[in-house]
Amino acid sequence: MTEASSEADTESWHRLHPLSPLIQAGRLLAGLFALLAVALVQGGGGYRSHLPDLLVVIVLAFAALVRWLVTRWRLDGSTLRIETGLLRRDSQQLPVARIQAIDVVRPFLARVFGLAELRIRLAGSSTKADGRLAYLTEQQAATVRAMLLAAHQPSQLGQPGQLAQPAAVTHAPGEPTPALAQAALAQAELPERPVSQVPLGRLVAASVVMAVVQFAALGVVIAVVATVAPRVPTSLLGTLAVYMFGLVTAAWRRVSQNFGFTVALAPDGLRIRRGLLGTVAETLPVHRVQAVRMVQPVLWRPFGWCRLQVDVAGSGRKDEGSRDTRKELLPVGPRMEAEYLAQLVLRHQAPQLDKPPRTAKFKAPFSYHFLAAGHDDVMAVTTTGRLTKTTVWLRLEKLQSIRLVQGPVQRGLRLATVHADAAGRRVHATFRDRPADEARELLDELAILSRTARQTRQI
Amino acid sequence: MCTLLVMQVNTGTDWAKPSARLWRLRLTEVAVLGGFAAVAVGVAAGIGAGSGIGLAGALASLAAAGVAAFYLRNRYRSWAYRERAEDLIVARGVLVRRVSVVPYGRMQFVEVTAGPAERLFRLATVQLHTAAAASDARIPGLEREEAARLRDRLAMLGEAKAAGL
Repeated sequence: MTEASSEADTESWHRLHPLSPLIQAGRLLAGLFALLAVALVQGGGGYRSHLPDLLVVIVLAFAALVRWLVTRWRLDGSTLRIETGLLRRDSQQLPVARIQAIDVVRPFLARVFGLAELRIRLAGSSTKADGRLAYLTEQQAATVRAMLLAAHQPSQLGQPGQLAQPAAVTHAPGEPTPALAQAALAQAELPERPVSQVPLGRLVAASVVMAVVQFAALGVVIAVVATVAPRVPTSLLGTLAVYMFGLVTAAWRRVSQNFGFTVALAPDGLRIRRGLLGTVAETLPVHRVQAVRMVQPVLWRPFGWCRLQVDVAGSGRKDEGSRDTRKELLPVGPRMEAEYLAQLVLRHQAPQLDKPPRTAKFKAPFSYHFLAAGHDDVMAVTTTGRLTKTTVWLRLEKLQSIRLVQGPVQRGLRLATVHADAAGRRVHATFRDRPADEARELLDELAILSRTARQTRQI
Repeated sequence: MCTLLVMQVNTGTDWAKPSARLWRLRLTEVAVLGGFAAVAVGVAAGIGAGSGIGLAGALASLAAAGVAAFYLRNRYRSWAYRERAEDLIVARGVLVRRVSVVPYGRMQFVEVTAGPAERLFRLATVQLHTAAAASDARIPGLEREEAARLRDRLAMLGEAKAAGL
């Protein structure tokens, strides 16, 4: 273990930690044991039917071992290389300049052994583009993360737009890398400033509120069914029980995943830590955030709570442990806190919002009360929603395209909707039901403002 | 700063339109489909319910094809695109009118496709892709030479003005 961490400083190929296959197989084994337990409880020799599953687990464990044997990685200059595959060699090159976020994921079993998985998110549209190193020692993971993020810092490179070249320049060919590693380590130890914490009480309360209302809805359904058809088939009750169990586990998952939720401001970006049994530490360079979104569900409104999410470019894969490209910055919290965090990420005071004209009521009777939009020369802000109010902040330099859409009803009312798209699957600020003239001007204005924002940011 | 009258694209001079062959392609598609439908409905209804009803069915199918052709005519006319200094604008749609602005610097790649029907009429579709999935800058029915020119020009401009995420 100590050998591996000291090797991290040199520029040679490394293996993953030898315990990796055990952990990967261990999680499957745990699942199998759960199945066997269920079979035993249900009675009789039912567990025998699960013996083939055991065989499957053994085969998978063997496959994990082989994968460990054939996987190696190295970090040279501005690229992280990961090579894997026995029959079909798969060589992955992750240019540091394209890193969007780095997650350190520690499932429970890995935590027991002091190991961690490193997930490197790139701005690719395919899920294969993400780099995964499972597992490294915790210290190793921290070192590699610090090195990757240090090489990626715009403050050291000057030009965030073209990172690849300057990154190569900073590591001149002859320069020994250990110096870089030490510098990175020193930076990793720089104190991070905690900016937000979610108390357990609030987390549980928010989760319970959601679950209770869902339970109530379910209760109503049961009552209606019972009155309409007094002889409810037992199979239906079984389904209901499963559904309720699902509700409870979902509520539990929300709490356990966001347990001890902390956001800290580190020199290399925002750091989000969370998790009860398995923990996740996500690092998010602030300038990589595409958009910030505040969601206020109707059930939370009596408590004044909301949720704050940020969007990062990349594939929309949903991993266990760490979420897809939409990361939560605040799972539940007061509006003030969410707005403070949003401003921290966006580094700009939000512009004034104004409402669409009254005629928009005919087009959007159920969402008119929340519709508003505004922009200045740095960012755009829009709010939409019927029951759940959603506010989106978008810095204009992140704009990918602008779309104007006008349906037949809108044409009749002389309204139009303008979408400002940022990188991602469904990341856009929507100027809904604006006056048609304004929308037309907005289309041009946003294009021009976005271009200037892009140019000034790159200087 | 130019002001843009996106709603009156048809009167603009520097707006480019898809090839007239696109209209011929659409017309052919409607004629073939309508013809087939008329024959099928006519024969089926004629055998099942008498020749009078069969004839009425066939005529109804042809009428439907006529309506479709009228709609497609409008849709064909609604397509327009314009290459500005910094971005490409694409306008389209009859019922739902859409205008997209895509800066050249945001382009990830350009895709040129030509299906069998399009190939028959020597046409191609050019589509721009950005990092945002919602961007929909697609121009159908370009003549092959124009599609190739546009592709090369867009690729060149995209490279020259490329910006990071």
